[in-house]
Amino acid sequence: MTSALEMRQVSKVYGAGPGEVTALSKVDLAVERGELVAVMGPSGSGKSTLLTIAGSLEEPSSGQVLVDGVDLAAVSRSDRATMRRRSIGYVFQDFNLLPGLTAVENVTLPLELDGVRARAARVAGLEALEELGVADRADRYPDELSGGERQRVAIARAIVADRGLLLADEPTGALDSVNGEGVMRLLRAATRRGVAGVVVTHEAQLASWADRVVFLRDGRVVDQTIAPPGPESLLAAGESR
Amino acid sequence: MSVPHALLALLSEEPKHGLRLQSEFESRTGDVWPLNVGQVYTTLQRLERDGLVETDGDGDRSRKRYRITSDGGRELADWLRTPPDLVPPPRDELVIKVLVALEVPGTDVHEVIQIHRRHAVEVMQRYTQVKAAAAEDDVSLALVVDAELFRLEAIVRWLDAADVRLKRQPPTRPPAGSEPSPQPTPAEEVTQ
Repeated sequence: MTSALEMRQVSKVYGAGPGEVTALSKVDLAVERGELVAVMGPSGSGKSTLLTIAGSLEEPSSGQVLVDGVDLAAVSRSDRATMRRRSIGYVFQDFNLLPGLTAVENVTLPLELDGVRARAARVAGLEALEELGVADRADRYPDELSGGERQRVAIARAIVADRGLLLADEPTGALDSVNGEGVMRLLRAATRRGVAGVVVTHEAQLASWADRVVFLRDGRVVDQTIAPPGPESLLAAGESR
Repeated sequence: MSVPHALLALLSEEPKHGLRLQSEFESRTGDVWPLNVGQVYTTLQRLERDGLVETDGDGDRSRKRYRITSDGGRELADWLRTPPDLVPPPRDELVIKVLVALEVPGTDVHEVIQIHRRHAVEVMQRYTQVKAAAAEDDVSLALVVDAELFRLEAIVRWLDAADVRLKRQPPTRPPAGSEPSPQPTPAEEVTQ
């Protein structure tokens, strides 16, 4: 089966000579559709670099990145830009909504840039907003939305029109823990509908929503969790105490 | 978890039978704390002895209905407002393991830290599964699971901090073959 995202021996080095900094070193990572993977690590471990390379916002110094089986290095710059718009959705820490556009216009912008007609784009945009429970806010501007609603619109933009890969960088931003949990529930629900998700975070509680947690240290994948047993194992542990 | 006070709380709503107390205790703690019926009756007997609950009369325990007394009500109100013991055990096993790992030749303390970090995150994943599978309005369960998640998160944060602190610190252990120090190291002190 082709993975939605596959990184093979990916390294990223910034600068040269004595000032050279290795941000990523021979990272292997495969994420399947329907799977939510969290990448955990301290500041400077390479988490954000991993995400920008996975999303083709940056090129690796060596190694391969395949999205839906397509090697990003083997396609032209414009094809890569098209892939970015059609296959990959991003959720940023600070929402990154354009203030001059309504919620639905923010969601449909990548589709319209890709040549989808306004009417069809609006239908797809409203569907995505509906999935996130904010369809009634479609014609509001970002400054008329609450923090939680803005984040929902940002997630809707990332999954609109069946994008297969969802990349999120500290997606709960400055939200409190209960609202942050709401965001993780939404990302998890999106992956259950067939999207492959990668969430970068330094918070263990957020990472625990993922099917798999990958630990990054000094640019290397050092460990990952094993698929956890069911919740009944917790009750058994409680009884034996 | 104080079973006596939980039973007093349930009885503060209205008089109840032992079996009902058992099922309500389990459902209201998110089914995370199993409680057998024998425990319920033993606890009720003690509460009755101490004058905190009273029953309708004699006979089969399963037919008795228990009700909270005014002393029981005061005891419950006091307990709710008394802070639990927040001072941790002085010799936390995980802290000791990390301190000892620093002293054992050939042991990579960062690898030891990572093993414990992974384990804590795996347990957190299991608790989060419980929360994910439950209805979003099941507040009791969310509160119980959150308490465990925050406790485990604190462990992960301590491990993260230890990792960073130890990376910044040059190794202090004397090279193999040098004279042993006459003073015990901190790790030796805590394990003695």
